[in-house]
Amino acid sequence: MAQLFPQWSNTVVRIAFVALLALPVAVPAALMIAVRTPYQTGEGVYREQPVPFSHEHHAGNLNIDCRYCHHTVEQSTFSGMPATQVCMTCHSQLWTDADMLAPVRRSLAFQEPLRWRRINKLADYVYFDHSIHVNKGVGCETCHGRIDTMPLTYPTEGFQMQFCLECHRNPERYLRPRSEITTMGWEPPVPQHQLGTRLLETFQIHKEQLTDCSICHR
Amino acid sequence: MTGNPQLYSISTLLVVFLAGLLAACDQRMAEQPKYEALEASALFENKQAARHPPAGSIARDEPLVSSDPADGPPLELNRADIERGERRFRIYCMPCHGVLGNGEGPVVQRGFPSPPSYHIARLREANLDYFFQVITSGHGVMHSYADRVEPADRWRIALYIRALQRSQQIDVERLPQFREPVEQAATSDNDTLMPTRIGEQGQ
Ligand code: HEC
Ligand code: HEC
Ligand code: HEC
Ligand code: HEC
Ligand code: HEC
Ligand code: HEC
Repeated sequence: MAQLFPQWSNTVVRIAFVALLALPVAVPAALMIAVRTPYQTGEGVYREQPVPFSHEHHAGNLNIDCRYCHHTVEQSTFSGMPATQVCMTCHSQLWTDADMLAPVRRSLAFQEPLRWRRINKLADYVYFDHSIHVNKGVGCETCHGRIDTMPLTYPTEGFQMQFCLECHRNPERYLRPRSEITTMGWEPPVPQHQLGTRLLETFQIHKEQLTDCSICHR
Repeated sequence: MTGNPQLYSISTLLVVFLAGLLAACDQRMAEQPKYEALEASALFENKQAARHPPAGSIARDEPLVSSDPADGPPLELNRADIERGERRFRIYCMPCHGVLGNGEGPVVQRGFPSPPSYHIARLREANLDYFFQVITSGHGVMHSYADRVEPADRWRIALYIRALQRSQQIDVERLPQFREPVEQAATSDNDTLMPTRIGEQGQ
């Protein structure tokens, strides 16, 4: 009688055993990698907004400072979203019958705020504060990318923990003078490591504590 | 201990493994039942979580700067105030009035009604409190900026406009050499950490 199992079936069984053992590691690892992909974190994904607002036009071509619209960014954890009135400081005179802007006019007429959909969103167990970053020389561009080139706004960062930590360990690599906070495409006038170390001192940043869990999870 | 020790250790491993999977469950830590800024709310009349402070209330740390221009600028304004005025001007006024205050900002170039130049005689002769007044209540097609420019900053902007007006009247030959070297300018960072009171600023 011929053998029931051919010679190679031994190998198959061995491989199967190894695979079975690796499974408990491989499955969680795959899941952990999956949640960190841009697909999951939403990097680079546009969202439908009530008005197709273009940062490229307003912040880029017209060179309007971010703070004209996001005006609490220096005082508050929240950067502030422009009220309908803010759009109207210009659009009461400009593009007054454009269909694109109909929701803005409706919002003004009915006193109903526009509902922008959030693009950047941290989990609620993370504490974040715009004002401390902006006042200590971290530019918008460092976290939000070249907003001034976006016809529709999308996130350039998934804001995983490692992104925050990467800077909190060595903030001097990213710091800029306070006057350049909202500048897009900024280049340091002197080598960044020199400028950064000096700014670290000027702003009195104590980076030893910046990686404590309780800084962000409080 | 009774039973098969091998079975025991295998089931321990299994429990540990399954417990690990729990971590993938939604623990509602990421979406906590709390309001975030500007979130919608069914609780209040205006359907927003954001509330207006009661009329007339003052935050504890708010600088006591009157919003009535007749009271005049608080304390005296110094050079740091003009500099902050310049930065505020570039944010809130430059889009229409232009960097030079001649009324040719980028938004005007796209068709917004053209504001008068700051360098006309009437505005050169206007008092500082007139500029304060215009920022507070607007003027013609120009809306009020009171929601975004706090009273102290309105004085600083007014002062900067005055400086701008003077700068256009100066004999260029007599200008001192004022440009700092780029490197120095980049680190001598004299913008203030949220200035609290005019004339009292750090750095
Ligand atoms: C004319 C007003 C205006 C100006 C100027 C402006 N923004 Fe915005 N910004 C908006 C509006 C309106 C939205 C919401 C719609 C959207 O997401 O595109 C927004 C959204 C954003 C968002 C995404 C918010 C979210 O949902 O997470 C970021 C980030 C942002 N702006 C950064 C900036 C930066 C940086 C600048 C300066 C370079 C800037 N903005 C200038 C009006 C403005
Ligand atoms: C400081 C002036 C200013 C403010 C404030 C402003 N806009 Fe505009 N907006 C303009 C100008 C100028 C144009 C025309 C751009 C052009 O011709 O290139 C424009 C064009 C637009 C357009 C159509 C053109 C396009 O393709 O982008 C939309 C939509 C728009 N704005 C939405 C908004 C919304 C929403 C807000 C409030 C969050 C707002 N704007 C605030 C000046 C402004
Ligand atoms: C250190 C990184 C960092 C810097 C610097 C930064 N942001 Fe943000 N921004 C974030 C994060 C993270 C969020 C999401 C916040 C959340 O979900 O609570 C956010 C959210 C926003 C939003 C949405 C509304 C809000 O506040 O949640 C706007 C608008 C915005 N940022 C504008 C700006 C502007 C303008 C600047 C520069 C003046 C700036 N940001 C600088 C990280 C940053
Ligand atoms: C590019 C650099 C940079 C990035 C990216 C960054 N931070 Fe920071 N962060 C700083 C600096 C600088 C400070 C100020 C430290 C100080 O004042 O000593 C700071 C301070 C903070 C503080 C306040 C600490 C305190 O003592 O109150 C919190 C909270 C914080 N960061 C959270 C975050 C979170 C959450 C993220 C990621 C979404 C993040 N940061 C990303 C540079 C950064
Ligand atoms: C600079 C800010 C910062 C510090 C410091 C920090 N975290 Fe986080 N952490 C974050 C952010 C941002 C997230 C959110 C990730 C997300 O939304 O997916 C996070 C998520 C987490 C999570 C959820 C799992 C995950 O990876 O998404 C755990 C657990 C965690 N942090 C533990 C810690 C511990 C333990 C420490 C101290 C050693 C710490 N964190 C320090 C910013 C920080
Ligand atoms: C959206 C464009 C716009 C912005 C931004 C703007 N202005 Fe104006 N401003 C105008 C226009 C248009 C007029 C002319 C109004 C009229 O006569 O109907 C004007 C007029 C003025 C006048 C002259 C009033 C007079 O007596 O003729 C002053 C002073 C002034 N603005 C100051 C400011 C200051 C200070 C800021 C910044 C806080 C500012 N403006 C921002 C458009 C603007």
